[in-house]
Amino acid sequence: MKAAQTLTPEDFESDQTVRWCPGCGDYAILASIKRTLPALGRPPHEVAFISGIGCSSRFPYYMGTYGFHTIHGRAPAIATGLKATRPDLDIWIVTGDGDSLSIGGNHLLHLFRRNLDVTLLLFNNQVYGLTKGQYSPTSPTGQKVVHKSMVGSIDTPFNPLRIALAANAPMIIRSIDRDLKHMGAMIRRAAEHHGAVFFEIYQDCHVFNGGAFAEFVDKNSKMDAMLYLEHGKPMIFGRERDKAIRLDGLQPHVIDLKAGAYGADDALVHDEHDESGLLAGILATFQERKDFPRPVGVIRNIERPCYEDMMADQVNAETEKGGGQTLQELFESGDTWEVEA
Amino acid sequence: MAKSAVELQEAVIRFADDSGTGMQVSGDQFANTSALFGNDLSTLPDFPAEIRAPAGTLHGISSFQVRFSSKDIHTPGDQVDVLIAMNPAALKMSLHLVKPNGIILTNEPSFNSAKNLRLAGYDQNPLETSDLDKYQVITVDMIDLTNKALEEFAKLEEEKDRLSKKEIDRAKNMFALGMVFWLFNRPLEHTVKWIQTYFDRPNRRKYIEPNIAALKAGHIYAEATDLFAASYEVKPAILQPGKYRNINGNTGLAFGLLAASQKSGLPLFYSGYPITPASAILHELASYKRFGARTFQAEDEIAAMCAAVGAAYGGSLAVTASSGPGIALKQEALSLAISVELPMIVCNIQRGGPSTGLPTKTEQSDLFQAIGGRHGESPLPVLATSRPSDCFDVIYEAARIAVKYMTPVLLLSDGYLGNGTEPWPIPDLSSLPDIQPQFAADPEGFEPYSRDPATLARPWAVPGTPGLEHRIGGLEKEDGSGNVSYDSDNHEKMTLYRAEKVQRVAREIPPTKVDGDPEGDLLILGWGSSYGSIRAATDQLLAKGSSVARVHLRWLNPLPNDLGEILKRFKRILIPEMNLGQLRHYIRAKYLIDAEGFNKVQGQPIFASEIVCKAESMLDEQKRGASAINESCTNAHARRFRI
Repeated sequence: MKAAQTLTPEDFESDQTVRWCPGCGDYAILASIKRTLPALGRPPHEVAFISGIGCSSRFPYYMGTYGFHTIHGRAPAIATGLKATRPDLDIWIVTGDGDSLSIGGNHLLHLFRRNLDVTLLLFNNQVYGLTKGQYSPTSPTGQKVVHKSMVGSIDTPFNPLRIALAANAPMIIRSIDRDLKHMGAMIRRAAEHHGAVFFEIYQDCHVFNGGAFAEFVDKNSKMDAMLYLEHGKPMIFGRERDKAIRLDGLQPHVIDLKAGAYGADDALVHDEHDESGLLAGILATFQERKDFPRPVGVIRNIERPCYEDMMADQVNAETEKGGGQTLQELFESGDTWEVEA
Repeated sequence: MAKSAVELQEAVIRFADDSGTGMQVSGDQFANTSALFGNDLSTLPDFPAEIRAPAGTLHGISSFQVRFSSKDIHTPGDQVDVLIAMNPAALKMSLHLVKPNGIILTNEPSFNSAKNLRLAGYDQNPLETSDLDKYQVITVDMIDLTNKALEEFAKLEEEKDRLSKKEIDRAKNMFALGMVFWLFNRPLEHTVKWIQTYFDRPNRRKYIEPNIAALKAGHIYAEATDLFAASYEVKPAILQPGKYRNINGNTGLAFGLLAASQKSGLPLFYSGYPITPASAILHELASYKRFGARTFQAEDEIAAMCAAVGAAYGGSLAVTASSGPGIALKQEALSLAISVELPMIVCNIQRGGPSTGLPTKTEQSDLFQAIGGRHGESPLPVLATSRPSDCFDVIYEAARIAVKYMTPVLLLSDGYLGNGTEPWPIPDLSSLPDIQPQFAADPEGFEPYSRDPATLARPWAVPGTPGLEHRIGGLEKEDGSGNVSYDSDNHEKMTLYRAEKVQRVAREIPPTKVDGDPEGDLLILGWGSSYGSIRAATDQLLAKGSSVARVHLRWLNPLPNDLGEILKRFKRILIPEMNLGQLRHYIRAKYLIDAEGFNKVQGQPIFASEIVCKAESMLDEQKRGASAINESCTNAHARRFRI
């Protein structure tokens, strides 16, 4: 076992051949995690990756930590049982949009409602990859599936951030597979947080849904299409940092900083720690609004008591209150009688 | 005036009224008083699925049957000596159970209500017809008498202490109980103490004195009047020496888990989702956090199962329980548990099915689901409890096997065992067998899917152990390394390993006990809660000189190694079950034996007399060499159905 400070990405690597399609966005996320974990100070044996089913859920096989590739949609529930009984472990959940927002939607909600100290990495590629291209709960309406005979989806997509907020997720982060630097920084932020982290990663499935996030990747468009959030900083974006978000009542607007009517002071200032979730809720709506940038970064970051801590506190308090009664004494308490020999 | 008491060997009393009127309390108090008195006893609570079903209706009747004896008994009784029928519906629902010349104690005013009579389906007041001529009917205006006895509480100065008429009426269950206590010469002290404790909380203390007064009034009334022809006495039973308490099956399971956790040193994790009749285990364990029990009320049955898998992965003694519909939801994750070979216990407290079925009634119809549920080739050990007092032992055994063989274990109980009570000889914790988990710790040559040569168990290598980092999952694993493998030969090998591992659990099963003749005409084979009826039936048949024996199975998968040989020693095999023949199906398939069934699916336990009838008709048939249906058997309870 190495001392924490000498850990390298290789220490977090398994001997298994990575089997994602060439060019899959998952490679970048895997590399970013392996590169970031050594600096977080937890040796591989104290770390566990729990996943469900889908392309993303193969992730644990490629990590040199403990790993559990479970069943479709249930990773949050399995991780809950593990974290509740083993608060000492550093637990990561790896899931996809189908796994966590469709078949496992209920468990996802309750994981965040309870607030266990785990990080959930949601690889959102807006498609079912492993089953070959069916539309997912985040696919835009009209998305075609792989079989040309089938017409487009008539489902209304989920906005994952709205779901995270509905469950009162204390930390909500979004990043993108192609921005390794940003993702690395966000992984660190997630790891430092005590509580459940909802971490949505835009991930390109170029086989079945290539280019879904092209505007956030393309050099020419990405600075206009994305808003990099920083706590306490005004929400200014654009290739020439000439656009900003201004709040008019409860409604956000994109303002032009060059036109002269507004200056940088008019821009809305980001506050991660907004307890109410109101600001995060406004940011969540950007993806539904025309011509709004997509916010990435730490969208919300508040503290809430963690489930496993409260569970341990309850056990400790009850033990103290129990006054040292033994199990034998418990069995023999209440209405008992003796039958003489 | 006290009469000299008539001594009885045993008696069966059935309390019945609308649900929510305290009949379960009255029955429970009578049972506990009898237990403390030293009787052997067996109880059968029977209540509707609705919390407060409409008053006066047949489906809203809640009843509590208690059988107490100076001898060893095994069932709550087929027939009732004393029925307390507080309204016409209660009478209608239980009358067929009352012995000829049995006592029926009724509450008069509720029989004067045309509505009550109509709801119960009576055209005329049965107390005024000849319908009840063969019984000793005792009619008392318990409402009026309770109100008179509690008059002072209606006139109290302080408004907050004063009782309304409605509140006073509610004490009639205590009045009735007081009468029954007199009838059987039982002391009131235990119930007085219980009332004092139970109502000792804010806004409830004002009910302490009135309830005690009603109880005493009922007792005095029975004594002072000549209503009953006699009073009765049932002497204490001669039980094995030791310390006893009355226990129900679900408490037995909870206690067994606490014991297994302590003996193994494994922290207990219990996850559940509310479901009748399994919820009581969650309630029970949640109150024992001081023994380290971590309880988790999950968002659904699937999550409860999955959380158990997660906790087992982390090194806890992981347990979840449910009933039929919930177990169906757990099956996918249970297959994962089998595939990753982690120890845990899943309890199925069976109820009437399919679907929501009869949530508060009992059945044994999930044996197929237990043994053959899930998907793929996914065997697991299955054992069954057979009486409230063995639930402790069975779940303790389940824990020991799960840990030793690294496998999920499925335990079958049912609503009757979960809620029913009987005296439990309190075990000495230090005398229980050891449970010794072997956690892997040595990285040298570690392989997550290497196997213990004797048990075929794989190592339990929990996260947090330095040097043992490895990956597991639901995909097929390579023998030894545990790496994902799609190799066809390897898959077959792993499938056979999983099957053989469960089969080897049979080595843990002690030689099967055959009670009665070691060989002969008829073997009655059973499992689960029909134990008491089968035992009582066999005893009766043996006393009559029939060549019979009984075997009761605790282990259903694997079956005991010596069972096949035992079955061959008998000319015929009878398997009574509260299903349409699920064990019979397995026995016939496995041993190629023409086992016959006695099957009842009425949400009620099988009666001993029904088994005796069936067994006698089989024995008779054999003697005469012809097939004949014993009509008295099928008509014995006038409630057997044919389609």
